[in-house]
This record gives sequence, C-alpha cells and structure tokens, in this order.
Amino acid sequence: MLPLYYSDMKPLSIKNLQTVAFSQIPSTEDYSEFSALVHELMAIESCHCVNYFAYKKNDALRLIMCIANDDSASIEVFGFSLNDDKLESLQIEACNRFEREIAENFDLSLLNHSWPKPLRTTSDDYPFYRDEDEEIHEVGVGPIHAGIIEPGHFRFTCKGEKILNLEIMLGYQHRGVEKLMVEKLMLSQKAMLAESVAADSAVSNSVAFAGVWESLCGFTARKELLYARTLACELERIAIHTGDLSAICGDVAYQLGNAVYGRLRTPVINFIQKWCGNRLGKTAVRPFETPYPFTLELVTDLRVILAAFEKDFVEMSQKIRRFPSVLSRLERTGIVTTEQAEAIGAVGMAGRASGIYRDIRRSHPYLLYQAGNTAVKHHGDVYARTQIRMEEVVASIGIIRSLLDSWPYNEYSHAKENYSPAADSFALGLVEGWRGEACHVAITDEAGRLALYKYKDPSFHNWTALELAVRNNEISDFPICNKSFNLSYCGHDL
Amino acid sequence: MLSFALIIVAALVFSGIITRTKSICAGRKGPGLFQPLKDVARLFKKGTVYSKNTTIIFKLAPIVYLASVLTAAACVPFGGRPGLFSFEGDFVFFAYVLALGKFFCIIAALDAGSSFEGMGASRESLYSMLAEPAFFLILGSLSLMSGCISFTQIFSNIDFYGNILGLGVGIVMAILLLLIAMIESSRLPIDDPKTHLELTMIHEVMILDNSGFDLGLILSAGYVKFAMYGALIANFFIIGSLPLAIGIFALVQLVCAVTIGATESFMARFRMVHNPEFIFSLTAAAFVVLFTIINY
Repeated sequence: MLPLYYSDMKPLSIKNLQTVAFSQIPSTEDYSEFSALVHELMAIESCHCVNYFAYKKNDALRLIMCIANDDSASIEVFGFSLNDDKLESLQIEACNRFEREIAENFDLSLLNHSWPKPLRTTSDDYPFYRDEDEEIHEVGVGPIHAGIIEPGHFRFTCKGEKILNLEIMLGYQHRGVEKLMVEKLMLSQKAMLAESVAADSAVSNSVAFAGVWESLCGFTARKELLYARTLACELERIAIHTGDLSAICGDVAYQLGNAVYGRLRTPVINFIQKWCGNRLGKTAVRPFETPYPFTLELVTDLRVILAAFEKDFVEMSQKIRRFPSVLSRLERTGIVTTEQAEAIGAVGMAGRASGIYRDIRRSHPYLLYQAGNTAVKHHGDVYARTQIRMEEVVASIGIIRSLLDSWPYNEYSHAKENYSPAADSFALGLVEGWRGEACHVAITDEAGRLALYKYKDPSFHNWTALELAVRNNEISDFPICNKSFNLSYCGHDL
Repeated sequence: MLSFALIIVAALVFSGIITRTKSICAGRKGPGLFQPLKDVARLFKKGTVYSKNTTIIFKLAPIVYLASVLTAAACVPFGGRPGLFSFEGDFVFFAYVLALGKFFCIIAALDAGSSFEGMGASRESLYSMLAEPAFFLILGSLSLMSGCISFTQIFSNIDFYGNILGLGVGIVMAILLLLIAMIESSRLPIDDPKTHLELTMIHEVMILDNSGFDLGLILSAGYVKFAMYGALIANFFIIGSLPLAIGIFALVQLVCAVTIGATESFMARFRMVHNPEFIFSLTAAAFVVLFTIINY
C-alpha cells in the first residue's frame, strides 16, 4: 500500500522488527532528491520521523532516514550519501535534533539550521538564548538538582514569576552506550547495556533489543516468550505510571495522592522482583529465552495483587478527578497544543495528551499487541497527561488480565541453540514503552558482527515539548510540568 | 513570664504535632514528636558555611530573626495576665518587630545574590505585606470592642463568652488569625514546606544558603512563631483559674497544630497567582468582623 511518490526516489518499505539486507536500502547522492522525499513523506499526517542517523562505512558517510507510517504499519527507509563536511538542514522541526546529533557526531557544519547548537556537549559557553531586556532575569537550575534526579541544566528567561523561555542543556549523562553496544561482543553484555540505557524503561528497551537481535538472527519467538514479554511491558507501564502519579501529587503538595499512589506502586514492583529478582524488571527479558519462567503460582499472585491494586487505584483517581484543589493546579498548566506537538514530532504518552494518536502497540503491532484504540486527550495540559496515565494503567490491567486468562503453561523449553545475526543486514525495532516510542536500529557488517547500533529514546523528541509547555507559565509551576512529562536524561544523552 | 514560658514549651512540640498528624493521615509511621527538636539540636552542633559573596548582613540575619520572634512572643499575654512586658499600643510593636526580623531575612537572601533566593525573598515579602491589613483589622476590631490598646487590656476586658455574638466574632477572629499564622509561617495552602523544589518554595528558598548553626536559629524561630500565634489565639478562649487556663491554652495549641497538619494532608497548594486572592479574602473577612463590631 505504497503512497504515490512524486519524487524520483522510492523508499524501502519495511515492517516493525523486520530485517533487510543493507544494500536494499535505496540511497542517492543528490541531496535535493533526498530532501524532496523526506518533505513528501513528512507532509502525510500519519507519518513521523522515528530515526535519522549517519553511518560511516569505509570512510563514506551514509545518512539514513526512517519514517514510520502509522496507517500502513510500515516504516519507510532511505538514505543519502554525504560527500562533504557540510550538511544542509531539512528545515523540518521534528528532524532538528537528529541533524544536531549527526553534525555533532561527525563534525559536520550545519547549513540553514534554525538551532545549530550542540546536543550532548555541555560547556560553560553554551550559546544560550539571551534577551538583553533590563526587566528580564535569568534563572539557572542544575545540573545538580534538589532530590535524587539526573543532571541537566535548565536556563529560564523570566519576567517576574512568568517564564518567557526555557532552554535545556543536556549531555551530562553521556556514557557512549551506542559505541559500547558495538564493542562488547557477548550477547549478555549487549542485553545488559540495552536495558541500562534508561533504567525506568529497562523492560521495553530490552524487549526492543531482543526483538531486533532475534530478527537479525531469523529467530521466531515462541508463544511463551511473547506472553512473558508483553506482560513485563505492561507491568512496567503500570509501575512507572503509578509512581509518576504519586510524584505529580507530591509536586502540588497533595499528600494523600502522593501517599496512596506511592503505596500502590510498591506491590507491583515487588511482584516484578519476585518474578525476575529485580524491581525494575532487569533480566526479565533476554533474546531467545525467558530466563525466569512465569509459573502458575505467579499467575495466581498477580491476580490477587491486581484486584487489590485496581480497587484503590480507581478510587484515588476518581477522587483526584473531582478534587478542585488539585485540579486547579493541573488544569491549563503546561499546555502543548496539537500543532506544536505535531511539529516537534512528540511521541508516546505526552503526544497522546496533546491529541496525537500515536501508539506503536496499535499502529505497528509487535509481541501480542493488536491494532485497536488507545486513550487520547486534546487539552495538552498537565491534567491531560495525568489522565492519560490513569487511563493507561487501567487499560494495562485489562491487557494483563486477558494474558493471564490464556497463559500458555508448560510450554517452557530452554533449547539454547546458537544463533548468529545475518551479515550486511539492517533491522529496525519500534516499541511503545511507558514514556513512548523507542527506536532501535542495528546494522551488521560482512562478518555478521554488529557494526552500528542506534537508539532513540522518546525523550529525544519530548524534551522540546517540555520547553514549549512551560512558556508563559509561572516558574513555580515548572516542577509539575516537568514531572508530568518525566523525561529521561540518560536515555537522551546515551 | 508565665505566658512566655508556656509559649516556649508549646514551641517544643508544635512542629512535631503537625508532622505526626501528617504522617498519621498518610498512613505512615512517621518521625517522633521531638524529631524537629532533634534536627535543631543536630544543626546547633554544626558549623556554618558562608558564601564568599555574603557580607555581615547575612551573618546577622538569623540572630535578628530569632530575636525578633522572641521579643514578639514576650509581649503576648496570658488571659488577663500580661506577658514579659506590656504597654499601650504593644500590638503595633508586635507586628513590626516581627516585620523587622522578616526584613533582615529578606535582605540577607538578597545579600547571597543567588537567583533562587531573590525569588523567594520577593514572594515572602509580597505575601507578608498582603497579610498585614488583615492582622491590623482584627487587632483594630479587638481594641474597638474593648476600648483598650494593649494586648493585656484587650484580652482582660473582653468576655467572649458573654453573648453569642461575642463568641461568634471571637471564633471568626481566631480562625482568621490561624490562617494569618499559616501564611506567616509559610505553610500550606500558600507555601509547601515539604517539597525540595527550589522553584516552588517561598520561605525555604529564601533561606537556601543558610546552613548549620544559622539554619538552626531560623528553624527555632519558626517553631516559636507557631506557638506564639497559637498563644495569641488561645487568649480568645482563656478564662477561669490558672490550671483551667493552662488546659485551655494546651487544647487550643493542639487544635491549631492538628488543623495545620490536616490541611496539609488533604489539600494541594494553591497556584501561586491565587495566593493574593486568598489573602485578600482574609482582609475582606476581617472587614466584616470590624463592621459587625462597629454596628454592635
């Protein structure tokens, strides 16, 4: 179901978690041709850019663009060979950060770029946006923050208590994950790296890594693998969303919500620990196997935990929905309009709160997910993001219940065969973590070794959404706006 | 003397009771009643770190702040019995000696030159300024009611239990004073003392650079301030013999602390732009009290 292309160039259309030969990816040396196709695809409403990166092979730099089409459940992949040290900007807002990353990694100079700043390089002379007006003052927050959170520098330009502009400097957490993925040769090391990219999304990232790796190896996952992974993903979603709801209540100083949601999160993460030995779900998912069998006893336990959880969760959420004191803090705070969200390519929960129907579980099904409806809100404020969380938790409980009803017992086989990835291949995996869409891309060399691993965190797009959300808000409302997105620093910085 | 001693005793447990109430409401075990005192004791054992940018003002401010609160507490009477000192117009002295302490805190915050503290100082001064009319309207109503202009005379001349209107006005004024106390002590719903987010706080962000011994002084002043307002409110209800009066005093302090704790457990902080509206509504209510008394 390819759209009619006006450009001369035709993209390669692949499915989620599909492996293709690298040579199949069309490439051009004519930038205008490449740019025309990008613009043509990005103009389609159901299309958004999931990854845009550069791959250096034999001193030739190849830019690869991956655009997902939600209607046809396909990902359009195509490339451009750059023979210069200058990169002309596509001038598409949603590709801005990708271009900054490419320019930074390969020391290219960006031409006609609207925001040509470093992406992961922190420095004292970072070119912050400045306003010389005398009535305007700057507030710098971070990189060290009050509380146990990651480092990042926030520069507010304020007029009195009102934020006119926020600029965020990230990069303090850069660990070179993508490079380590290539350097570390053991599969267990790679799997461990994948789940450590952002520990709050350990499960969804290891599911994506396992999916990409198995796809490269031509391995078809057995039923019990799919069941266990889907369950782990949804448990992670419930746990983190509930923790975030607790933190949102904490930031508006609503102690009851803070305490109740905080208490509700504990049995869920404790259950994850009981299953796989780690409360964040690390080691729950590994390529080719289910390291920790999900037994009948665990199924029974989970049913009991969920029944108790759901009752209190629904009651607390109902109370918040009707409580003026909390609503007055959440409503009309930190608004991201649908137009803004679309322009910056917002993904996941934050995108859905701004009216963007974008859920990889539905549009590019993987594991046991099926096409269907997902919760969408249109106000784009903190309350919309809070409601999305409440509704997604309830939906996830439903998904887990239906999994438990048809759980495939006694299908565990620990057949450990040696699989190795195909040579000169390209595989792309999209997963919908609790925060949103994560994109994993793997490219192998002629010997079947990993040559490039690219990871894109949902925060990569959504940090811009936070910058937009706080404009014209009170500076005292920044923490609640920030918490409503709960973006990842290390996922962005890699 | 008795009044001052009782205020100090109440100050020892007031914050603890608030914290206990909050932890019971949240279903947590929570810290003990005397944890705030232990915190202060710990701070008093520590040294103080001063920023290179600060001057003598920054070092002076915590002492002036504590001294101002203690001086103000000294003129609070106990029923008909005067405080450590009493003179005509002492309630004006009371308000402005507190303001002096606050003024020093504010300029000390500006002295440190951090962008956070300037923000906190401007917020703190705004809300105290807005709360001032309500305080004076209440005290004005009291002097109008009694025809006297000192704390001791006011509270010894007015018998709130005399008639139903007197009791009603007394209770309304007590509630207004409690709300003013919550504003002045930077509690919910105006300020959130529990958060550690420098952008949302008011009082806490103003004293962000104070550490060790100085922070201990500021915290102790805060505890005394609570008990002092509690004592002022207790004065509305104190009657009879000494043991009964002390009983009423303790009960009122307990009710005040539990009210603050319960408020903080079951509601969220106001949006900061709504704070002035809330404080103005207190002034409006104080006007109603004043007019009721004029017509009476």
